[in-house]
Parts: sequence; structure tokens; C-alpha cells
Amino acid sequence: MLLRHTPKEIKERSALVINPAKTCQPVGAMYAALGIHACMPHSHGSQGCCSYHRSALTRHYKEPAMATTSSFTEGSSVFGGQANLIQAIDNIFTIYEPDIIAVHTTCLSETIGDDITQIGRKAKDDGKVPEGKYVIHCNTPSYVGSHVTGFANMCKGMVDYFSEKTGEKKNVFNIIPGFVEPSDMEEIKRLVSAMGIEFIMFPDTSGVLNGPLTGHFSMYPEGGVTIEQLKATGDSTGTLALGDTASSLAAKTLDTKFKVPCEILDLPIGLSATDAFIDTLRKVAGVPVPDSITYERGQMVDLISDMHQYFYGKKVALFGDPDQLVSLTRFLLDLDMKPVHIVTGTPGKKFEKTIQDLTADLPYTVNVKESGDMFLLHQWIKNEPVDLLIGNTYGKYIARDEDIPFLRHGFPILDRVGHSYFPTVGYKGGIRLLEKILDLLLDRIDRDAKEESFELVL
Amino acid sequence: MRKIAIYGKGGIGKSTTTQNTVAGLAEMGNKVMVVGCDPKADSTRLLLGGLVQNTVLDTLREEGEDVELEDVRKVGFGGTLCTESGGPEPGVGCAGRGIITSINLLEQLGAYSEDEKLDYVFYDVLGDVVCGGFAMPIREGKAQEIYIVVSGEMMAMYAANNICKGIVKFAEAGGVRLGGLICNSRKVDNELEMISELAAQLGTQMIHFVPRDNVVQRAEINRKTVIDYEPANPQADEYRTLAKKIQENEMLVIPKPLPIENLEKLLIDYGLAG
Repeated sequence: MLLRHTPKEIKERSALVINPAKTCQPVGAMYAALGIHACMPHSHGSQGCCSYHRSALTRHYKEPAMATTSSFTEGSSVFGGQANLIQAIDNIFTIYEPDIIAVHTTCLSETIGDDITQIGRKAKDDGKVPEGKYVIHCNTPSYVGSHVTGFANMCKGMVDYFSEKTGEKKNVFNIIPGFVEPSDMEEIKRLVSAMGIEFIMFPDTSGVLNGPLTGHFSMYPEGGVTIEQLKATGDSTGTLALGDTASSLAAKTLDTKFKVPCEILDLPIGLSATDAFIDTLRKVAGVPVPDSITYERGQMVDLISDMHQYFYGKKVALFGDPDQLVSLTRFLLDLDMKPVHIVTGTPGKKFEKTIQDLTADLPYTVNVKESGDMFLLHQWIKNEPVDLLIGNTYGKYIARDEDIPFLRHGFPILDRVGHSYFPTVGYKGGIRLLEKILDLLLDRIDRDAKEESFELVL
Repeated sequence: MRKIAIYGKGGIGKSTTTQNTVAGLAEMGNKVMVVGCDPKADSTRLLLGGLVQNTVLDTLREEGEDVELEDVRKVGFGGTLCTESGGPEPGVGCAGRGIITSINLLEQLGAYSEDEKLDYVFYDVLGDVVCGGFAMPIREGKAQEIYIVVSGEMMAMYAANNICKGIVKFAEAGGVRLGGLICNSRKVDNELEMISELAAQLGTQMIHFVPRDNVVQRAEINRKTVIDYEPANPQADEYRTLAKKIQENEMLVIPKPLPIENLEKLLIDYGLAG
């Protein structure tokens, strides 16, 4: 009972967060930057920040996450980090030879007010940036937002630095996949390709953080969006931003700067969100939905109807990132399950409203909290127990103490594998989620069944 | 050893008053150390006869953590020991962090240790206490005594009142106390009476009224304190008196900052109405 001190009685807290349901902005910025081909993420701050952010990514993806740091000292904090960053840029291009350095800031460099735009320009003027290579940046103070905000900021950085408009409209669509797994990005690409649509997806970590073991180390694996592709995003017909929190910032920037119109959709997790994604693709590109996709959808609907009695009425608590939670909630509603407690650590008032709107027709009021923590979620569960908990690895403590079936989903997953290779987006991904949920629910039925009702067939 | 911090609005004459007073204390036979806490590094110019070459932070930046006390401490007028924190150029980095780093480093190097046999340490702090760094000299029992340099001008009095608010905060946590207001005259009408009244309302004293005299400017242009430049000038005696009053001062209080209306009323009663 590791969490035995969590009391059932909920008291108003004004200043204390216990077991936050989020992490630092730079984690997201670093992850997004790894989705550019031959890009070195660079942390402008002290070494400890960079080490933590790299290890957070490495533990989840089980791949080495490359990144460099400005290695602030006491002196850099006082005099500013310009000298360190220029030296770093010089070293990185000389030793590690990336095409791009993607700088993100940290709490320290933000607080002392380092001006990365000016430092980047000075590095270029001083000849530290070789011809045809780039330094891009975004600001990621961790006392604002969460890892999802950092991801969104780096996506905007890509648009700010690369997107161009040549005036020649191309029949290509930009897809911003959101803060999802490399396997999810791969699945999104497969679906869009199956629709026969030309697209540019950025960032794209597939092949970067879920590649094969080849026996050779490559600092810059094959995957990732290229510089040419990023530049061309300004000429595209439109942008599909998947996940409001992670992707709408970059999409809206493309709209404002280059008049590339955008559609902001929920992450295509589950039946109705994937339907909305496929239907939007169909409409904006003017293409029919191929039979292969309809077939996959049919399989998913078949599975849902076959096993509906096990989903029906089951209470679920879920926590994680807002974009995932919105789609998962929709999915639970598709299944006639009952989402009862929903917590995200990522700040943003919009989230609570979105969940309230989605669940307005339910005969009960859903507990929902932005800027919440896992302590509150646990208290809610104590007051109204659930049949299933969905969230990242940190949920295992609650699941163990309360004896709840636990589905690992989101970031980070530190104690199980699979997320690198099997997507949860699209119809196929939805089928995988259904399988996992059913495994948990049916295992529980088997575990708790009396001998006389221990069934062979379920 | 008495540790004293001098605060006051920017441009009020903190550095000039501090150095002239320190010269007076040194002349009386005291061993005094001055720690300049201003990124401009001009708090010891008059005692040293010019700007110090190596500030603590410059040295830290160039030599790393391996700094010797002798690298950053110079001997000035009357055997005074002078150090300057230094800091970044305007618009970059974090000057507040610089003060924290610098004072910690001086402590580590033993600048305040018993063997130095110091009678006084003076911290000359940049104008407004804009962030935590500039409050470092009065945190954690560093300076125990504060004097605020003020004049009869409204903004100077306003700043003095604000600084008192800061002192209250740190007085409750540590042992810092207000020793008094030093009026550096700007020849404002009723200045002496007005500052005396302000001091009374704050619960402190106007420890000395320093009249305005051009000899201060002449001494400054020659990079000297008045006591050094024209020892016989009556203005030199003013600083000697101030030094003596500080030496003998036993009135150390937690100030009672004024509500803004009372401060304005004071100005109207003594300033505009007078």
C-alpha cells in the first residue's frame, strides 16, 4: 500500500501538487525535434535538465535520445548564455555534423532572459553555422504549460524557421500528428497514403525512435521530416492538425503566415475520432475512402458489437495528456463505457469544457480537472471506485493499491513494451486498444469467478 | 564586526556617501571592507583612486571557481579593503544572480573571517531592490544594519518607504534592522524638517543631514573622497560626523512603512504647502 496515506476526504488545495500528471516542456520540444531528419536537439541551460529530458525519452522509447546542452555554469547564469551557445553550435556542427540544431530553452535561460533569436543570428554572422545548415529554436520554460506545450512550441518553431511560400499551390496536405508514438505516426502515414493523398507529416519520429537493431549506431536514423519538406509546407493546400493542444499552434501559424487553411481534429484514437479524421481527409482532398479502410473499420465495429456486454456500463478513470484524453473519452462513450474521473496535468481551461460538452448527455456528472494531479484522481477513485484505470506508468501505484485493472497508455510508459511498434490510432490501433481493454476486464472476471461460474467461453 | 548595507533610490548618492563615510571611519582607525553590489562596479572608485580592474564575477568567469581572495580585493584609502561584485553588461544575463554568486564566493574565500579583524563591512547596493538577488546583502543575517540614503525629492522618499517594506520582510526572518535615514541634501524646501518627520513616522531617525557642496563633485572628478582630497574642508567634517554617528548609533529598529496616502500628505504638508 504505497499510497496508503492518500485520504478519501478531498480538501481544497491552493498551492500543493502531489504526483503531477505532466512533465517539463523541453521533453516535448526534444521529442518533436527528433522528428526532423538529421536534427540535433539542443538544451540551452544546465546539464541536469538535458540529462533528465534525454533519460525521460530513452526510458519510454527504449532508444538512445540524442541531445546536446549549453552546460550552464554559475558564470553563464550571471553573464548570460550567449558564449556557451555559440561555442556549442560550433562544436556540434564540427563534431556531430547534424543538418539542423533545434534549440529549446530551460527555466534558467528563460528566467535570465537569453535572446535565442539574437544569439542564433550572431552565431551565423560569426560563421559558426555552415552553409546549408540551420539553427532553429523555441522557448520552453517549464514553469509554463507541460511537455505537450513544449511539443507544440517546437512544431511552431519548425514553421517559423522553414516554411516558405513560393506562390505555387501544391495538392499536398500538411499533417501534424500530435504528441503520439512513432508507431502512431507510421499508422497515420499509412492511412493517408491509402487514401491516395500526398502529404508532408511533421514532426515524424517513426523510424527514429522505433527503429530496428542493426548492429550499427547511427546518430541520425533514416526517419524524420526533411528540410525540403518543411520548407514546402507553406505551399500546401491545407493542414490537418491532430490534437488541439499539441498541434493547433503550428497549424494556425501556417494559416496566419501563408494562408494555408487548417482543420483541427481530435487525435484519431477510437471509432468516432478516426471516422472524423478519415471523413475530413475525404472531404478536403476530394477522394473516396478506399475499401481497405472501410474493411478495417468494419472489423472494429464487429469486435465492439461482439463484446459489447463486457464494455457496457464499466466505470473508467483516466489521466494523461489532454489530446489523448479527449479522444479516449469519445472512444469510451462509443463503447457505452462510463468515463467518471478524468485528470490532466497540462494547464488549459478549454480541456474541462471539451470533456463537459462530450459527456453532457450522460446521466451523471463527470469529474474532470485540468492542472490536476494523480493524488486528486486517487481520491476521486476512493470516493467512486472504477473498473478500469487508463494512463501512463505512474498509474500503477493507484492500480495496485485499489486493485484496479490498469491499461497503460500515453507518455511515459516505463515498464512495458509494445507502444513503439503497435499503434493505438486508426481502426487497427483501436482494435488493439479494444483487445487490451478486454484482456484486462476478462482476466478480472476469470480471477474473481467462483468455481461454479468459471466460464470456458466468454 | 558590524555589517552595514546602504540602500536608496538610483542616483541619490549612495556610493559617494558610502565611500566618504567609510573614509571617515577609516580615519578613526577602523578596519573597513566595502563590497560594491552594482554591475557598474563603481562603488569603490573614490577609495581606490579609479575603477577596480578585476571584479569578483569577471574573475570567476575567467578563472573558474579557482579564485583567490587577493585577485578580487584591493586596498584603498586608509587601509580600506575594496571589492566589486561586477556583473553582466546591460540587457543580458542576470545581475541579481551575480550578487548572490559574488557574496557567496566572498564568504567561501573567507573575506569576512575572524582573522581579517574587520570592524565594518559595507554593502553598497544598486538603486532599487528589483529582485531577490539585490536583497542578498540583507538575507540570512548578512548585513544586520541598514541605512537608507534619501533626499527631499518625492521619488527618493517613495523609494525609501519601499525599501522599508523589504526590510520588514527580512527583519522578521533574520536579524536585519534599520539604523536610520541619511539625508543627502538636494536643497529641496524644508528638506531637513520633512526627512526628520519621515524618519519619525517610519519609527527611525534621520541620522545625519549632509548638506550639498560642490567640493564633493570636485573630489569625485579627482577620484577621491572629500576627506582624502580636501581634509580641511567643512564638508569633510560632515562626513566625519556621519561616520561618528554611525559608530555610536544604537537605535536599530524594524521600520513601520507608511501607507502611500500618509507619504503624500507629508509631502504636501512640508513640501507644497511650505
